[in-house]
Amino acid sequence: MSPTAKAPAKAEHLIELVDVARVYATGDVEVRALDKVSLTIDEGEFVAVMGSSGSGKSTLMNVLGCLDRPTSGRYILDGREVSSLDKSRLAEVRNQVLGFVFQSFNLLPRTTALENVELPLLYQGTPTKERHQRAKEALRRVGLAERMDHAPNQLSGGQQQRVAIARALVGRPRVILADEPTGNLDSKTTLEVMALFQELGSQGITIALVTHEPEVAEFASRVVMVKDGNIISDKAQSPRLAQVAATAVPAS
Amino acid sequence: MSVWQTLRTALRAIYRNKLRSFLTTLGIIIGVGAVIAMMAIGAGARADIEATFAAMGTNLLIIQPGSNTSSGLRGGFGSMPTLTMDDMAAVQRDVPSVKVVAPVLRSNQALIGEEANWTTSVTGTAPEYFMIRNWPMDSGAAFTQQDVDTGTKVVVLGKTVVEKLYGLNADPVGQSLRIGQIPFEIVAVASTKGQSSTGQDFDDVAFIPSSTYAHKIQGRFNNYLQGQIYVEAISEPATARAQKEITALLRDRHHLGPSDDDDFSIRNMSEIANARQQSTNTMTTLLASVAAVSLLVGGIGIMNIMLVSVTERTREIGLRMALGAKPHNILSQFLIEAMVLSSAGGALGIAFGVGIAGWLARFFQSTSRIQPEVIIMSVAFSATVGIVFGLYPARKASQLDPIDALRYE
Repeated sequence: MSPTAKAPAKAEHLIELVDVARVYATGDVEVRALDKVSLTIDEGEFVAVMGSSGSGKSTLMNVLGCLDRPTSGRYILDGREVSSLDKSRLAEVRNQVLGFVFQSFNLLPRTTALENVELPLLYQGTPTKERHQRAKEALRRVGLAERMDHAPNQLSGGQQQRVAIARALVGRPRVILADEPTGNLDSKTTLEVMALFQELGSQGITIALVTHEPEVAEFASRVVMVKDGNIISDKAQSPRLAQVAATAVPAS
Repeated sequence: MSVWQTLRTALRAIYRNKLRSFLTTLGIIIGVGAVIAMMAIGAGARADIEATFAAMGTNLLIIQPGSNTSSGLRGGFGSMPTLTMDDMAAVQRDVPSVKVVAPVLRSNQALIGEEANWTTSVTGTAPEYFMIRNWPMDSGAAFTQQDVDTGTKVVVLGKTVVEKLYGLNADPVGQSLRIGQIPFEIVAVASTKGQSSTGQDFDDVAFIPSSTYAHKIQGRFNNYLQGQIYVEAISEPATARAQKEITALLRDRHHLGPSDDDDFSIRNMSEIANARQQSTNTMTTLLASVAAVSLLVGGIGIMNIMLVSVTERTREIGLRMALGAKPHNILSQFLIEAMVLSSAGGALGIAFGVGIAGWLARFFQSTSRIQPEVIIMSVAFSATVGIVFGLYPARKASQLDPIDALRYE
């Protein structure tokens, strides 16, 4: 019906949200977690989504991450209308186009770093040999080449988050979505992780990061403020360099 | 995700909770073990019965003379001779479903050898007897129809009698012994027949020609047959027909009116065997059903643990979904885990059941027979238990919402 519903030949933006609303019906009460959000993110951008708890930023992140479907509106990801896909197709999109980094790392316990990083490739059906190869390469990229046989409980918080970032990278996604990735880390480790994100950003990977800490948002090239389910501001900024900041902090 | 990878994931999850996994499978182990042990014991008992009746002779009918009633006291079957040698000849001649017949005249007599004596059951019969009972000779040759016709004093000894009189593995063929006062020549030693299920020794016997028996042992000879007639029907299904035809023939020959009782009785050995088989089958089925209930309980145990496992690993499920696991990936992961648990239980249960069956068989001195089809059935059944009882938890896991699952504490 709609001319843009399927197969738009050329994508102008990597991410395009058009009038997206997400309404939860809990009993008789309707909660408009997202009211009417329109947002575009281009390839290579490092966007921080900011807002207090309850602002709708997590819902926005879930919609962006194809974990949730908008109640109304359209979501075009990498040239593909994804707002109407079923669970299996959404899983495919998450697997092939997106990479996730969570606040609590979410690594599988008693499983080596290497095997944790291999997980997305398992669901892509990558052959064993190539899977090992790519997982090792991803770990090398986050600076954990010599720790790949360690289980999460043998790694520090910063290292665990770097394993998680390697896991997000390994599937060669178009976008990495990070939900409060530094929420469980101390300030020094926060800088290290942000430096890693900036480095990945400089290599052309698109990053969307949710945070409620302004000092974390400083490292992004663009800050989107969310309040009561609406975007209240959307500004580009010149990012603070995490690498410089990290060297300024005395080693503990 | 390949089946192999899914299997690896499932094995890893099982390995992580070794004790819990073992306790979960214990229900299946006991269930499968019990079913296999019961079926093995049942099959063994059936084989025992079969062997016993095969030793008796297949397709066997035994005709006994009737009872007499004097002064109100009713004697048992065989207390009055009503069967004659002519009856026997008529059965052989006139009943088409009868293959061969042989008279069996029997009493206990003392056998006196050169160094020892032994009292045993002496049977006067015809050479057909050895055919009916499918009883070959170990050494020598059984007496012939000519011996019966002329009443020669020859004897065929059973293995036990040989052992008692001449020692183990002796071959007394050609020697003579006395039955009472009468000297007999040993012409053959019958092969070992074993024991009946009630412990009666089939080999503690001696056979002489029926005519010799009637003249020399019984002491008087008339046309009445002081014993039984063994009849072999042409086939197993023909035994019932043979029984009917013989009954009709003998009633006619004995001039019995429609209201008169039979003055003889016919025991159908295959019928008795079938009845015993059936009661064994019933018993086996009953025991196996009780055992199968424990399999069901084992299955419920698997379901219980799988549900716990799904709840415990909700975050893991959420993570896997976020990373691209489709609902069917999650479903097969948990389903395969349940199947691995139940199949491992099945495999261990087979070993357990075989062990128990062997131990029970030794304890009760019976036979146990492991049937391959029972093993195949148990494996299939335990895998099915895994699928059936794993499906609900696995479906539950696959239908989780990734957001809720990731947030689950």
